[in-house]
Amino acid sequence: MSEPALLVRDLRVELESGAAIVEELSFTVATGEIVGLVGESGSGKTTTALALLGYARPGVRIAAGSVEAAGRLIDGRDEGAVRPLRGRLISYVPQDPGNALNPALRVRSAIQDVLDEHAASRPGDVSVERALESVQLPASSTFLRRFPHQLSGGQQQRVTIAMGLACEPPVVVLDEPTTGLDVVTQARVLEEIERLRRERQLTMVYVSHDLAVVAQVADRIAVLYAGRIVEEGPAVEVLTRPRHPYTRGLVASIPDHVNPRRLRSMPGVAVGVGERPPGCAFAPRCAQRRDRCERELPELENVDARHRVRCFEWRETPPLVLEPPPEPALRREPGGALLRVEGLRAEYRSRQEVAVAANDVSFSIEPGGCVALVGESGSGKTTIARCVVGLHEPESGRILLDGAPLPGRASRRSLVARRRIQIVFQNPYDSLNPRHRVADAIARPARILRGLSGGDSRAAVERLLERVRLPVRVAERFPGELSGGERQRVAIARALAANPDLIVCDEITSALDVSVQAAVLELLAELRSELGLALLFISHDLAVVASIADWVLVLEQGVIQDEGPIHQVLSSPRNAYTRRLLDATPRLAV
Amino acid sequence: MRRRLAFARTPTGMLGLVLLVLVLGIALVGPLFAPHAPDEPIGIPLTRPADGQPLGTDFLGRDVLSRVLWGGRSVLELAGAATLLAYLVGGTIGVFAGYNRRLADGVLMRGVDVMLSVPPLVLLLVLVTGAGTSEAILVVGVALVQAPLVARVVRTATLEQSIRGFVEAAVARGERTTAVLRREILPNIAAPIAADAGLRFTYSILLVASVNFLGLGLQPPAADWALIISENRAGLDLNPYVILVPAVLIAFLTIGLNLVGDAVARTLGRSSAGTVR
Amino acid sequence: MLVFAGTEVLPGDAAGAVLGRSAAPAQLAELRAQMGLDRPAAERYLDWLGGLLTGDLGNSAAGFAEGSVRPIWGEISGEIGNSLILALLAAIIMIPVSLALGVLAAVRAGRPTDHAVSAGSLAVISLPEFIIGSLLILLFFSWLGILTPVSLIPPGESPLSYPKELVLPILTLLCASMAASIRMVRAGMIEALGTEYVQMARLSGLRERKVIGRYALRNALAPSVQVFAQNIQYLVGGIIVVEYLFAYPGLGKELVDAVAIRDVREVQSVAILIAAVYITLNIVADLLVVLLVPKLRTAQ
Repeated sequence: MSEPALLVRDLRVELESGAAIVEELSFTVATGEIVGLVGESGSGKTTTALALLGYARPGVRIAAGSVEAAGRLIDGRDEGAVRPLRGRLISYVPQDPGNALNPALRVRSAIQDVLDEHAASRPGDVSVERALESVQLPASSTFLRRFPHQLSGGQQQRVTIAMGLACEPPVVVLDEPTTGLDVVTQARVLEEIERLRRERQLTMVYVSHDLAVVAQVADRIAVLYAGRIVEEGPAVEVLTRPRHPYTRGLVASIPDHVNPRRLRSMPGVAVGVGERPPGCAFAPRCAQRRDRCERELPELENVDARHRVRCFEWRETPPLVLEPPPEPALRREPGGALLRVEGLRAEYRSRQEVAVAANDVSFSIEPGGCVALVGESGSGKTTIARCVVGLHEPESGRILLDGAPLPGRASRRSLVARRRIQIVFQNPYDSLNPRHRVADAIARPARILRGLSGGDSRAAVERLLERVRLPVRVAERFPGELSGGERQRVAIARALAANPDLIVCDEITSALDVSVQAAVLELLAELRSELGLALLFISHDLAVVASIADWVLVLEQGVIQDEGPIHQVLSSPRNAYTRRLLDATPRLAV
Repeated sequence: MRRRLAFARTPTGMLGLVLLVLVLGIALVGPLFAPHAPDEPIGIPLTRPADGQPLGTDFLGRDVLSRVLWGGRSVLELAGAATLLAYLVGGTIGVFAGYNRRLADGVLMRGVDVMLSVPPLVLLLVLVTGAGTSEAILVVGVALVQAPLVARVVRTATLEQSIRGFVEAAVARGERTTAVLRREILPNIAAPIAADAGLRFTYSILLVASVNFLGLGLQPPAADWALIISENRAGLDLNPYVILVPAVLIAFLTIGLNLVGDAVARTLGRSSAGTVR
Repeated sequence: MLVFAGTEVLPGDAAGAVLGRSAAPAQLAELRAQMGLDRPAAERYLDWLGGLLTGDLGNSAAGFAEGSVRPIWGEISGEIGNSLILALLAAIIMIPVSLALGVLAAVRAGRPTDHAVSAGSLAVISLPEFIIGSLLILLFFSWLGILTPVSLIPPGESPLSYPKELVLPILTLLCASMAASIRMVRAGMIEALGTEYVQMARLSGLRERKVIGRYALRNALAPSVQVFAQNIQYLVGGIIVVEYLFAYPGLGKELVDAVAIRDVREVQSVAILIAAVYITLNIVADLLVVLLVPKLRTAQ
């Protein structure tokens, strides 16, 4: 290994109140190496990424420690000294290229601005054209004249990478550069990053919440939890033999579409900034916890020369065991399908145009079965879900429940039909009325759809909260006091309150952290097997689908491209589009 | 309750509250303390303050203090009534247009465009030309000018809520429209609407006072702060207090409302960019 | 683009109808014919605009063939000029000053400069013009004795020859309209400064001057244009009160006098003229916004 290109020592970034966002952060990155910085929401990873460039967002300050890039000190407390180094010695590739590009500047100006700023110090032979060529974008005059809104998401992200690389800095910080891109584009951008590193010996820090993505590019991985690095080491070692219980839990909660396995979730939620306990921040969720863990903060200990872990009990951490998922209890009863969708066509009309969201979609769900609709954004999967629950009136086609056709709008459906089909929405932050207590939210469907009395519905609320593994005291809370995962459980409890036969799950885990996602998926699997509940599971993520569904439909622009039993579709895809999606979906190479 | 009064803990919010209470106090209980009837001549016109007439007399020799104490009610009542009426009409239209976009949306936006294409004051004056000067016309006119703007704000707020998951969940379980509006939507738009109502009230005061000042609203001998300023303008150099005091009171009223509104908006975590104009 | 403008003019047509209806139903049809409301809206609008811009109101008025209309136009043509002078001068001062103060407050957000600007603008923002005017008169006339409470401009002469008479009306208009525009420029600028592309510019090492000018302000400009249009529109409305207060011989005072004597015909003419200015401002602002925002400009 060559000398470090990036040296971070005891970095501490805090809120103006003094509460630390990240602390005691030390790591080095060798020239030409990619280090993946992984953490869930609230772990401080974006704060860290910005601090590497000596930058802190308003209300946040870099309080202590030092960052050295290519031998120069990046001191965030001296704005005048650090500014010329940004973009020249160390550059930044942002998370959301659509918002990170100035909408008023053409591609040429956006990159030229960076070149002009560093005109004195940058190499003389760099140019806008060269920067674009390096990310395989055309340097044609038409492309140079484009505005950001005229570019695709992938092109936008390449332009921001070109901006970051324009002055050929030795170190690049990438902050979730593929989040928000669809999987195929994501795969291309990742390839691009890998190639640039190879060709230019670039040193990179790749920040992401997605361990599977990081596994694709990183040589080494550092795992952040509650503002501290809890484990750091070579990627393969960290992923295959994690020593910190948190890392182990994280790896175990990541679904895989090639080798579907039983997901293991971690209990509890990550602690927020300012509420960190005195000892190990992970202790409240940890199965290996000892008394000591709650009082003392463990230091980073060496597992071997290149692998460090912040845990007193790391020697006790059991090896990863990957079990296959429970066999789906497929009950193909002769009674026929619970729900049948036939030749469904759905449109969205605006004044000027008609957009077809779904065309000639047919499928059926057996009682207790789980059918997944998979597709990228705009594939029409959510519209189909809305048609099923009566929120969107189909243009043509039929939806049959137990063989009886359902009216298009929920308001015209019978009470029984409304009770039997329930929905859980994608965004946990707006699926519950912020003005209603959890108990009211859950009791309402029980009263309206099952006609339960006040007392009965109160008893039902307690039972349902237990059912979704929430403490009973949550009943008196408002949604604003709950975490995303807790809210999604409440939304599931609300759906269960109607005593349904089918729950439509519309991307219900996409807004959640991966460890919370695993817990929700675990809960759904349990509900299926114990209650015989059928699911229509909508997702963009093949890996998630693989861990829960038994039948899958692949949608592209409103049309079913591929269909079949989940194992068959995933292991031997016949359809070209499915294959493309599968190849692009990142997975842990474990 | 503690949360509701949180705005008063900001210095500007506190100042606004003090101003507002002061002016409202004078306007509402002032008449009880007035030494004279508002239209009773007590001396020589336009004399400066003296014993028994602490603010001097107006152009008809009436006691300025008494007229000021009597003259605050009208603007508050008229502006309050106009705001209420604007909300009754505009708010109802806005809620339904926002909830059921196809129903009234086109008509509504059209109405808003029409209203926005003419200065509100001009519209009011045209109305007065056609229908004459009366309190009812003033209230209806101000309400008419404001109703489309109210409708637009309420519509936007309703629209924002109506696409949220909990509303869709209610629709999917087949709840009646009235139940959806009452249970799911109204509680969630109450806060932004209350903020807007504050702004509308301030703007109603501005319009009512302006029309009264132009002599096209309340007619003499009514005691009204704006009218007092208007009819005594010529006597400015003889007794400046007859202008100063009502002008300062109206100023305190609108400033107070603004400061309180801004502080409330801030403590609610909303941007204070919204203004009456 | 023309379609765009056309839809913008449409409300003017409807406005005319509303005005006519609420003013005097019997004269609606007559008025429509006089004003040529049966002609395409755009054509009518261009007529108005042409007339306004050239100041050639005689020709414009000739379009309304009726002899009885002509005297009104003769009567108000001088006032139109006077009012325009007032409005234009106020606008010319308002735009740069509020842009500068708004940007300054945004860049210094949370610091004393910002607090001073914000609190000041918040205080005057919804003060009625006649209150501001009255207080200014008390200050400059009764107390300091340097300016007169009425703008005595002899008929037929340009107010520009009497700059001293213009100070108070313009100051009043400025106070009333500037507060709102400062606040909105500030809000727009703060929003722009909080965007990711501004953060990206800083992370690319661009100097702060460039970040503020080329990244934040450049994008805050489009909403600001709308703010200015709104506030100039507001100013047009406010002119009525200000002219009346200072007895300034302009269109607004003419309107109030006409309302007082219930001169329906004249009220209609003046009101529609003001509405036309209003709509023109809207269109100009919308066009400017389209020019300033690449996404809108390239939409076709």
